[in-house]
Amino acid sequence: MAAEAWDGELTAALRQEFGESLEKSASYLGQRFLVVAPQAVVSLIRHLKAQESFDMLIDLTAVDYPKRDRRFELIYEIYSFSRNERLRVKANLADGEAAQSLTGVHPGANWLEREVFDMFGIRFEGHPGLKRILLPDDWTGHPLRKEHSIIGMDNEWVSRNLGIDSGQ
Amino acid sequence: MNSATETFLDSNELVLNMGPQHPSTHGVLRVILKLDGEKVISTECIIGYLHRGVEKIAENRTYAMFVPYVDRMDYVAAVSNGLGYCLAIEKLLSVEAPPRAQVTRVILTELNRIASHLLWLGTHALDIGAMTPLFYCMREREEVLKIFENYCGARLTTHAFRIGGLQYQLQETFEQEVRRFCAGFPAKLAEYEELLTGNRIWVDRLTGIGILREQDCKELGVTGPVLRAAGVAWDLRKAQPYSGYEQYEFAIPTRQNGDTFDRYMVRIEEMRQSIRIIQQAVERIPDGPIMAKVPKVIKPPVGEVYVSIEAPKGELGYFVVSDGSLHPYRVRVRPPSFLNLQALERMAKGALVADVVAIIGTIDIVLGEVDR
Repeated sequence: MAAEAWDGELTAALRQEFGESLEKSASYLGQRFLVVAPQAVVSLIRHLKAQESFDMLIDLTAVDYPKRDRRFELIYEIYSFSRNERLRVKANLADGEAAQSLTGVHPGANWLEREVFDMFGIRFEGHPGLKRILLPDDWTGHPLRKEHSIIGMDNEWVSRNLGIDSGQ
Repeated sequence: MNSATETFLDSNELVLNMGPQHPSTHGVLRVILKLDGEKVISTECIIGYLHRGVEKIAENRTYAMFVPYVDRMDYVAAVSNGLGYCLAIEKLLSVEAPPRAQVTRVILTELNRIASHLLWLGTHALDIGAMTPLFYCMREREEVLKIFENYCGARLTTHAFRIGGLQYQLQETFEQEVRRFCAGFPAKLAEYEELLTGNRIWVDRLTGIGILREQDCKELGVTGPVLRAAGVAWDLRKAQPYSGYEQYEFAIPTRQNGDTFDRYMVRIEEMRQSIRIIQQAVERIPDGPIMAKVPKVIKPPVGEVYVSIEAPKGELGYFVVSDGSLHPYRVRVRPPSFLNLQALERMAKGALVADVVAIIGTIDIVLGEVDR
């Protein structure tokens, strides 16, 4: 990704506050993002909410990069009404590593974190009720991980439930 | 008497299961209500009945092949869904639709906003016990659907837009059809208002029900008419304009109380504003191409973008990651209904059972979009 470096008042202030935890600040196609160490995400977003008026969590999701050492990238989209600005905060997590829940800062993260758990199997520590949200409770696996293919899931279901080859 | 029955007898709590097959849940939503008499102590939503794995499907399709799928999320506002996705891919490709396509997009999306609000108004009124508005709303919505049908052949899942612009030229009668609708519709809106706004039963039934304040909205990520009814004049068409919305004159209707009646008033006024936008747009459809120069094989450069639009229900966002191949590496849809539905728990706490139906209706959810 041909991202440009982004430095300004905001990043300077954040660097002073969070030091090494703030791994990168850049922008791509005019959209700014920060890469942060996973243990600093919640405190950084809390700081942005309290000090810099980024008062709404727009979205929380993840992307799976199986070839990376830390395969999951958590994506937080936050928005400030008074600045009319968006900011993306990203954090890289290894498989099996738990993230911290953002529900204490933005209660709206509740369902979003459940969806990330459902689809990627990322656990959030401190979440009030982390369980599947869109898939049935007895579903096995986390379908948005790259190793799950649609055809693979179909084959498995057909052979398990119908006892034949699916022919896909 | 053992201890289990004792606790049961001591408790005044009753657990009531509502849905998934319930006419007022607007799809397949299951809500578990914990009641103390008629009063709701807590609610829990069980969702996912319509989950089709749209985000997974996207990873297995090319960029252009995925366009029709997005229509099936919020199927009463398919045009808005398509617009958001096309804008996201256009941003990744760094192309912009030509002016003629942009103005057409504005007209169709605003017509779709009216159609979506009309369906909401009709079913919401029906839930509460007023049957006539449903038939009136369906009558006017039919006019809009006919315009869609004449334009692209489909009424609901329209697949109206393409990445880079439009596929079809406007039919000869398009402007005339749109003008006729815009001329007739305000009188119809006045008719609904005559039936409902001044109606004592309607007002009493909605006022003070399901209050959601500005603070709650911001905490829960609630957007769209629900946020505006809480007094926040925030509309992405004004805050971060796209598709040339900055060229049109329109107001952002807001109300202060954040209750069900205010949300009704906001949506009614939004339909008036949409008519204003369409009337301005239809007078200035420029000549020229309808498709930008987009390569036949779409392969955006490596990168990621988040693009969002003001859909009828709130902020609809697409987060798309490209790895430079033919298929999107990841498509995340930020559905407004999903986040707005999360607010149900706060809105319904302390309400009466009968009001839960009104509260679900007033959020204006489409389960196809909640579950994806």
